[in-house]
Amino acid sequence: MHRSSSHSPRAHQPAVGPPPVTTLPPIVVHRLGNGLDVCIVERHDLPVVDVRFIVRGGASEDPPEHAGHAYMLGDLLDQGTERHSALEIAEQADTLGASLETRASWDSYAAALHVLTPRIEPALQLLADVMLNATVPDAELERGRSERLAAILQERDEPRTIATQAFNRHAYDPAHPYSAPLAGTRESIAAVGRADLMALRRAQFAPASAFLVLTGDIAADAALPLVERLFGGWTAQRTGAGGDGRASMQQRTPGSAARVHIVDRPAAPQSELRVGRPGPARDTDDYFALLVANTVLGGAFTSRLNMRLREEKGYTYGAGSRFAFRAGGGPFMASTAVATAATADAVDVIVTEIERMTDEAVPDAELERAKNYVVLGLPASFETTGNVAEHVVEVALYGLGRDYYGTYADHVRAVSAADVQAASARWLGRAGLTIAIAGDAGSIAPELEALKIGDVNVDEYG
Amino acid sequence: MGDIRLPHELYTLDNGLRVIVHEDRRTPLVCVNVWYHVGSKEEVRGRTGFAHLFEHLMFEGSEHVPEGRFDELLEGIGGTNNGSTSTDRTNYWELMPSNGLDLALWLEADRMGGLLPAITGAQLEAQRDVVRNERRQSYENRPYGLASETLTAALFPHGHPYSWPVIGSMNDIGAATIEDVHAFCRQYYTPNNASIAVAGDVDVAHVRDVVERYFADIPAGPVVSRPEPAAPALERTERIVMEDDVSLPRLYIAWHTPAVYEEGDAALDAAAAILAHGRASRLYRTLVYDRQVAQAVSAYQSSAVLGSTFRIVVTARPDVALTIIEREIRRELEAMANDVTDRELERAVNGIETGYIDSLQSVGGFGGRADQLNMYLFHTGEPDYAARDLRRYQELTASDIARSVRDHLLAPSVVLSVVPLGRSGLAAVNR
Repeated sequence: MHRSSSHSPRAHQPAVGPPPVTTLPPIVVHRLGNGLDVCIVERHDLPVVDVRFIVRGGASEDPPEHAGHAYMLGDLLDQGTERHSALEIAEQADTLGASLETRASWDSYAAALHVLTPRIEPALQLLADVMLNATVPDAELERGRSERLAAILQERDEPRTIATQAFNRHAYDPAHPYSAPLAGTRESIAAVGRADLMALRRAQFAPASAFLVLTGDIAADAALPLVERLFGGWTAQRTGAGGDGRASMQQRTPGSAARVHIVDRPAAPQSELRVGRPGPARDTDDYFALLVANTVLGGAFTSRLNMRLREEKGYTYGAGSRFAFRAGGGPFMASTAVATAATADAVDVIVTEIERMTDEAVPDAELERAKNYVVLGLPASFETTGNVAEHVVEVALYGLGRDYYGTYADHVRAVSAADVQAASARWLGRAGLTIAIAGDAGSIAPELEALKIGDVNVDEYG
Repeated sequence: MGDIRLPHELYTLDNGLRVIVHEDRRTPLVCVNVWYHVGSKEEVRGRTGFAHLFEHLMFEGSEHVPEGRFDELLEGIGGTNNGSTSTDRTNYWELMPSNGLDLALWLEADRMGGLLPAITGAQLEAQRDVVRNERRQSYENRPYGLASETLTAALFPHGHPYSWPVIGSMNDIGAATIEDVHAFCRQYYTPNNASIAVAGDVDVAHVRDVVERYFADIPAGPVVSRPEPAAPALERTERIVMEDDVSLPRLYIAWHTPAVYEEGDAALDAAAAILAHGRASRLYRTLVYDRQVAQAVSAYQSSAVLGSTFRIVVTARPDVALTIIEREIRRELEAMANDVTDRELERAVNGIETGYIDSLQSVGGFGGRADQLNMYLFHTGEPDYAARDLRRYQELTASDIARSVRDHLLAPSVVLSVVPLGRSGLAAVNR
C-alpha cells in the first residue's frame, strides 16, 4: 500500500534556495616576443593539463571545389614532421599516456593535447613539433586520401549524415563553402595535392594568426619559460589574408517558399529530418536572444520540439535544434528522426513551431525557465580542464573579450520576450526554409506534397 | 600518479537503501546518482527490453510530481539529468547547481516510493512508441546496427540473460503491459535493491537529514534473486554472415572472457589497448597503416557480472575480403600470446592511468564521481575503490597480458561478417 499523499514526507516540493555564486576562473594572457598569444587558466585540483594550439583559418576559406583541403591538412599535421615519422609521433604520445589530436574546423586549425601534469613537457614539445614543423609527407597524404575516400563512401550508409549533407547542399548557394561537407567530396579529395596543402599551411601558420591555450594544473610562471623555449623561436610569416576570406561569402537570399528535398532510402524504417536555413555569424548582435530562442525551441529536453514530437506524439526518440555559430553565417537546423509513417506530420509540427517563435511572444514562465537553464547550467560546462580550454578557445577565436563569461549571465538575463521574437523574425520563420529528408521517398513524398509547404524534390543520390 | 581517493560516508537506511556521500567543493555543483540493481539480465524471454522501457517510465511523473514536471523543475534550475540501462544495472543522475540538492533528492525519492500511482496505460503506450523509435534510430536504421545483437545471440545460449539485447525486440517492447510495470517495480525498484550517491558541494550532515526525510519511509521490497546461468562456452568457432546496406565490409570476432574483476579481466583491457588503441597499436599498424586493407580497428573487453566478452571489430576497405582481415588478426593474437613488449605494457598502462584521473574531473554525468561511487559499491562493496582498481593495471606485467591472450583469445570465437548487399563472397571463411 502507498501512504495517502497528505501524510507523505514527499507531499510537498522542497523550496529551492538562491543559486550558488559562481566565479569562473580568470584567463591570463601573455604575448610572446614573436606575437603569439598564450592564454592560461590555472586549476590545480587534479594533475591534468589541457592544451589547445589554434591557428585562425580553416575550411571556411576552402572554395567548394577545394572542399576538405583544410580538413585534410588538419588530419595530416601529426603525420610527419622534420624530426619524426607519423608512427613515432603516435607512439610518443601514447607512451606519455597523452591524447594529441590535430584537426581543422570551419574557422581554425587546432591541436588538442590532454596529459597528466608530470608529462606535460615532452607532450608539449610533441605538440609544438606537429604544429610548427609538419611536412605532410607524400606517403601520408596518399594514406590519408584513400582513408578519406573510403570514409566518404561510408557516409552514404549513414542516414544522419545523408540528411545533414543534403540540407547544407540546398540551404547554401553552391559557391558557398558551407554548402559542401567539412571533410570534402570525392572529387575534391581525389584532386588534392601536397602543394595545395603546403600552400594552405604557409598562408596561415604564423604567430600573428595563432594562439595557445593552457588550462589545468600548470602554473603560469613555470609554463611561460617552457612555452617561450618551444614556441618563441617561431618566426613564420603568413602569406594569406589573415582569415578574412569569409567576407566574400554570399548568403542565398531566402526565397518566399520553403523547399523539401528527399534523398531516397527505399524501405527505411525512419526518416531523418533537417529543417532550417543559414543563420547569422557568431558576431551577431542577436547572439544572446537567439541562444534563448533556441533553448525554448529545441535546445533542451523540455524544449517545444522535443515535447511535441517525443512526449506528445511519440514520433521520435528525440528532437532538437541549434544555431551553428561560425565566423560566417552557419546554419540554424532542427533535427530529428521519426517513424516513416509520421514524417509529414512531424515536418508540419517542426515548421509550425519554428514559425510560432516569430508569431507569438514566449510566455514569461517558459522564457524564465529557458534563461535559467542557460545561465545556471554554465558552471557545469566548466568542470573539466578540457571544457575550460574549449571555452577559452571560443573567447579568443571570436574576439569575445576576456570578461565574456563574467558578463554572460547578465547578457542572457537581459533578453526579453520581445527580443526573442524580434531575433526570431530575422532568423527563423517559414519563408525560405530548407527541409531535407533521408527516407523512403515512395511512402513519404505524397503526404509531403499534400502539406503544401513548398516544392517537393527527390534528389539524385550521390 | 595523483591521489585518486574519494573520501565518503557510506551507510544503510533501515529499509536497506545504501547511501554514499562524497563532499567535493571544487565547483558549486552537486550530483545525485541512483543505481537500481536490475538490468536486462533480470528480464525473461517474451519481455526483453523491459528494464530499459521501465527506465523511460521513471521520467513520466510520480505520486507528487505531475507528468512533465521532473524535467521542467530540473532544467529550470540549470540542471541536466539522464538515465541508462545495461545488462547488469540501471542508473539515473541529476547534475545541478548545489541549491538543487533537496529538489533532486525529493524527485528521486518520489519516484522510488511512488511511481506506480502515476503510471497510466497512455504513458506506457507513449513510451513504448519512444522506445520503438529509439530502436529504429540506434539499431535498425543505422549501418551495422543489428550486428551487436546478432553477435550476442550467437555467443550465448538461448536462455542465457545476455543472449538478448538491452533494447529488446520490437515485439517484446510492444507486448509490455501495465501489470508487467507493477510487478517489475515491486520486485526491483525498492530501496533494498538500490544505492544512492551524492557527490559535490554538499554538507554531509544536511544530506543525511534530507535523505532520511524523503527515503526512510519507503518500504523495503522482497529479497531479489539473481540469475545464475551456467557459464557459457563455445565448443567451436561459429561463423555468421549478414548482408546490410553498407559500403564497407566489417568483421566482428568475439570470445567469452572472465567476468568483471576476475583474474584476466584487467589484462584483457590492456590487451585491447595494445591491439587497437591508437595509431601505434598492433592492428592499426598492420591493417590500416602498413597493408591499408582496413579503415578502422577497435578492440575491447566488455566487462560484465555474469561473464565478459572480448570483441575485435575491423572495418575493411572497399572490396577487401574479410578472410584476409581475420587471418591478420589471428596471426597478431598468436604473436601476442608469446610476446608482449615492456614498451607496449607502458603505453597501455599510461593511457589507462590518464583515464582514471580524467574520470575524477566531473562530479556528475555517466562515469563522474557520483556514478563511480555507486559503480564500485555495486561491484566490490567499496565505493572508494578507484585506486585499487587502477592498481590492477599498474601491477600487470607483459607476460600477464600475453597469458590473457593465450588463455582466452586463442579459444573458439564467434566470427560475424557484415557485408554489402549481394557481396557474401567477401565474408570471412575458414582457412
